[in-house]
Amino acid sequence: MIETLNFANRANTPLAGAQSPDTPLLDVRHLTKHFPVGGFVKTRHVHAIEDVSFTVESGQVVALVGESGSGKSTTIRLIARLIQATAGEILFHGQDILKTEPKKASLAYRRQVQMIFQDPFSSLNAVYTVEHHLARPLIVHKLTKDRQHLQQRIYDLLSTVGLNPAPEIARRFPHQLSGGQRQRVAIARALAVSPDLILADEPISMLDVSIRMGILNLIARFKEELGIAYLYITHDLASARYIGDKILVMYAGHMVEGGESEEIMAHPAHPYTQLLLSAVPDPHAGLRTNQEIGARGEVPSLIDPPPGCPFATRCTRAMELCRQVMPASLHVSPDHWVRCHLFGPQKIEEVIR
Amino acid sequence: MLDPGVIQKGLPLLDIRHLKVEYLTPRGPVHAVDDVSFTLYSGEVVGLAGESGSGKSTIAHALLRILPAPALITGGQVLFTGRDVLEMSEAELEQFRWSEMSIVFQSAMNALNPVMRIREQLLDVMQAHGLTGDEANQRAVRLFDLVGIEPGRLDAYPHQLSGGMRQRAVIAIALTLAPPLLIMDEPTTALDVVVQKDILQQIVRLKEELDFSILFITHDLSLLVEFSDHIAIMYAGEIVEKAPARELFERPLHPYTLGLMNSFPSISGEKKQLTGIPGSPPDLVQPPSGCRFHPRCPQAMSICSQAAPVTKTISANHIVACHLF
Repeated sequence: MIETLNFANRANTPLAGAQSPDTPLLDVRHLTKHFPVGGFVKTRHVHAIEDVSFTVESGQVVALVGESGSGKSTTIRLIARLIQATAGEILFHGQDILKTEPKKASLAYRRQVQMIFQDPFSSLNAVYTVEHHLARPLIVHKLTKDRQHLQQRIYDLLSTVGLNPAPEIARRFPHQLSGGQRQRVAIARALAVSPDLILADEPISMLDVSIRMGILNLIARFKEELGIAYLYITHDLASARYIGDKILVMYAGHMVEGGESEEIMAHPAHPYTQLLLSAVPDPHAGLRTNQEIGARGEVPSLIDPPPGCPFATRCTRAMELCRQVMPASLHVSPDHWVRCHLFGPQKIEEVIR
Repeated sequence: MLDPGVIQKGLPLLDIRHLKVEYLTPRGPVHAVDDVSFTLYSGEVVGLAGESGSGKSTIAHALLRILPAPALITGGQVLFTGRDVLEMSEAELEQFRWSEMSIVFQSAMNALNPVMRIREQLLDVMQAHGLTGDEANQRAVRLFDLVGIEPGRLDAYPHQLSGGMRQRAVIAIALTLAPPLLIMDEPTTALDVVVQKDILQQIVRLKEELDFSILFITHDLSLLVEFSDHIAIMYAGEIVEKAPARELFERPLHPYTLGLMNSFPSISGEKKQLTGIPGSPPDLVQPPSGCRFHPRCPQAMSICSQAAPVTKTISANHIVACHLF
């Protein structure tokens, strides 16, 4: 059944041309987005994302972790081409799509990069049936032959995401489905066009707790069986660890740490990552009293921010240098990098454990 | 403020007995809370865990008699220091709310009036209970100090405060008259995890300083295990299991509790495959026959669809409603 989803066609696309086996599927370089705010006389800017760089390999799940205002949603919207970048490059299959398709994403790009949203209700059109939602991408991307073929594809998709009996579900409207079922329809819709990469913006945070694992397992299954890569946004470190091969940590518009997910969980290097980890309620660790790793205060304003590391205002180990210069990316180990002055070249050996 | 002499030794502060709440809908009555009983003793934190449709928020609103139409309390008693809240008159309720029992809602923006400064909202509560003037203003300053907001922000409007600060403001309002019981209905769900931890630590400190009890309602079971003394698990309007927090975590009995525990990936230790619970929350107009959880239960037997299980006591303070026992 999964074979009928036609994943073999993925390689035959105009955008695949420049790729060598080592090229990452997605290579984001120094991506920056500023939003202008304020009046005519002096326009100020919200530095939503500043100098963000990371890669996603084929068939890899990369979890992008951060709190409100960290810039994770903006990052994903830039990659989905829903908003324009201020600076930087987005290389997909080795080609900078911001140069090859500057104004609008091509149909080919939109077929290869799909998106799932946080709110399963508002991401579906309330006046159309499930069948319509799944038919539309197939029709737009010209992936169907005739009516009967289209319907069979739709039923196969619904079955694949666990929505049975498919013919009955296909006839329903969104309000006749539960939250988990709607999110499965959204996933089926993204799968319909056999994408290379799915951008998932907090796909489970609005679902009931007991339903979440089913959706995460579905995502993991498609990664294993269909080789789909995911950029998975979440504020929940536990689900990032569960499903992510790689974890990237964002704070106030900057990417401050990244690496293989078990490595990050076991040896968080950046003081913010440590703070984040210490804040997650973990019943397995037993009742915990006040942690020493703390940081008073809140995320600073993103409007025309001062130079230096954005976490300096809260960091218990901030140095003078931190307030002046944004740290460069340094490797703590081959699969683990961090942007923090505590890891200046002479300090690499003192990884905080 | 409650006279400490009124709380007799050994009697629960809150004693809910066979509470029933229904919502009247065109399709028929929804049994949102169906024969729920539990107690809370002075100084305790009792956690109420459940998902959508479990009835936990309905209970919170029922305790304060603030259920909106078409909800109706159709049975049971809510005894607070021996007095039945369900029998109180409007006048008695006005005195009761805020001074003896208060509530912190999920989304602070829903609880705060956007066109009033925070100070006015604090003073509003105090004024309704006869506290005015300088004394009221001083108390407002003290409250903000207690919850960790600098008193200069008292004159801000809600939208000028961050999410975490707004939630602290709502907690300050709830503590204005130092009620012995604070109900918290998903107080940190809309907040980031670092802010959540910060606020919960603050609440622990406040609880020790002001000596109040908490009914903590949330879907986040891992939070409850860290924070509560006792936990009651709700499903489809009923309590399916109840035990001291540590006991529940180490020896969960009900298949739903097990399923819930199986829905929280861990950040440390061995990485295991988790399954959550298959299926969807039940239709509360026509709930499943017998045990309401049976359609989703991996251990369902034939009796489960025929007869509702009776609540049994397994060990000290650990009860469960399941045919497996």
